[in-house]
Amino acid sequence: MPIWEFLQRYSSVVMHGTWVTCLQFLLAALVAVSIALVIGIGKLSANPLIRGACVVYIELFRGTSLLVQLYWIFFVLPLFGITLPNFTAGFISVGLNYGAYGAELVRGAIQAVPRGQWEAATALSMSPFARMRRIILPQAIAIMLPPWGNLLIELLKGTALVSLISVTDLMFQAKQINASTYLSAQAFGTALIIYYLFARGLITPSMRWAEHAVARRLGRS
Amino acid sequence: MVRFMNVNKSYGKLNVIEQLNFDVAEGEMVSIIGPSGSGKTTVLRTLMTLETINDGVIYVEGKPLTHMAKGGALVPADERYLRRMRTSIGMCFQSFNLFPHMTALQNCMEGPVQVLGLSKKEARERSEELLHMVGMIDKRDQHPSRLSGGQQQRVAIARALAMRPKVMLFDEVTSALDPEVIGEVTNVIRKLVTEHNLTMLMVTHQMGFARDISDRVCFFFGGKIEEQGTPSELFGNPQRERTKQFLSAVKEAI
Repeated sequence: MPIWEFLQRYSSVVMHGTWVTCLQFLLAALVAVSIALVIGIGKLSANPLIRGACVVYIELFRGTSLLVQLYWIFFVLPLFGITLPNFTAGFISVGLNYGAYGAELVRGAIQAVPRGQWEAATALSMSPFARMRRIILPQAIAIMLPPWGNLLIELLKGTALVSLISVTDLMFQAKQINASTYLSAQAFGTALIIYYLFARGLITPSMRWAEHAVARRLGRS
Repeated sequence: MVRFMNVNKSYGKLNVIEQLNFDVAEGEMVSIIGPSGSGKTTVLRTLMTLETINDGVIYVEGKPLTHMAKGGALVPADERYLRRMRTSIGMCFQSFNLFPHMTALQNCMEGPVQVLGLSKKEARERSEELLHMVGMIDKRDQHPSRLSGGQQQRVAIARALAMRPKVMLFDEVTSALDPEVIGEVTNVIRKLVTEHNLTMLMVTHQMGFARDISDRVCFFFGGKIEEQGTPSELFGNPQRERTKQFLSAVKEAI
């Protein structure tokens, strides 16, 4: 079947899948960023208990497979009385996993803010919270944005795994089409291209724009 | 105003400050000179509580700075107590340490708004007045990256003063500057000495400047005050061998 005919016939299914992937990506990114900030800052805490908990979190979620975590959250948690719908289990798993990687980016960026900035804020008697929020984080964000761009592309591709718990995302639809038509090249080729366009055409330019905006705030451009 | 009582500070086995007893009177301008590694910067940093001390007590305005009274005894101060005590002390650094994501004006307003709880309007008025005093009012909306070293240091002085400290600490504030802009910073400090009754402690390598404006000069060596006196005493007629050596070495460098 020629590709345009394929697209004509399956475009609505593919579009629906793309939309679900888009939602999975946005929600998982939100979870990942929030988790990364909390765990990344917590790992620098003076309190050994908080620090220890954050290390355990990072080790657990970074050291084990995302697919296994996904299955755990979807199939095993119900045994402990926590049942999540597959859509929710999907983006939460992906978010928790990539949040562990993000936490290290946050920690590294905070530590890369020059010592003198901490001292200047302390000399102004700022509280640790105000110092972090007003002085350190705004500068750390400028440092961590480029690696975050990278991580978000990884995260987008990671969302393809949610098709395995029957979330009807792009990958799920591609597999469905393949199973019913055996048009493997067209089905997976289309998915491949859409993932690429998503990363290259949306994530990369957005991150570049964000880097620009932050640089402007620092008076660098 | 400031009193160090038997203060010790060490990093592992290295004693940076040893059994230091040191008083600074209200309104006094004291310069600290000495070779590198003599502990002079550490004195300022412990006073700003950027470094903890191992032994002894530091008092500011008669109150313990590093310790707080608890059940009749002095215990190491907690974060909240330290924060309250810090507000009476301001510090300027060798590398300026302006906040790069804020304009000159925002840098000055940050402390008064966030810490002292001033309204934006009050903080702005106070900051503009100070930026005017340091000659930086025209650049109030510039980010630090657009300012020269001398300009950044003048903003940093205004930022510290905006907290209305009683004690100001200057830690080698001209060391990172090009020679031709040192004057614009020293002039601001000179102005503070003549027009305000601030207590000031200054670590410096500029002997001429220290001689001009100080009430007292302390020569530090090996974590102790080796010799101190009025500028004319210390520079004109040093008594100790190490002071003489240091001063002649500095003279040769010029």
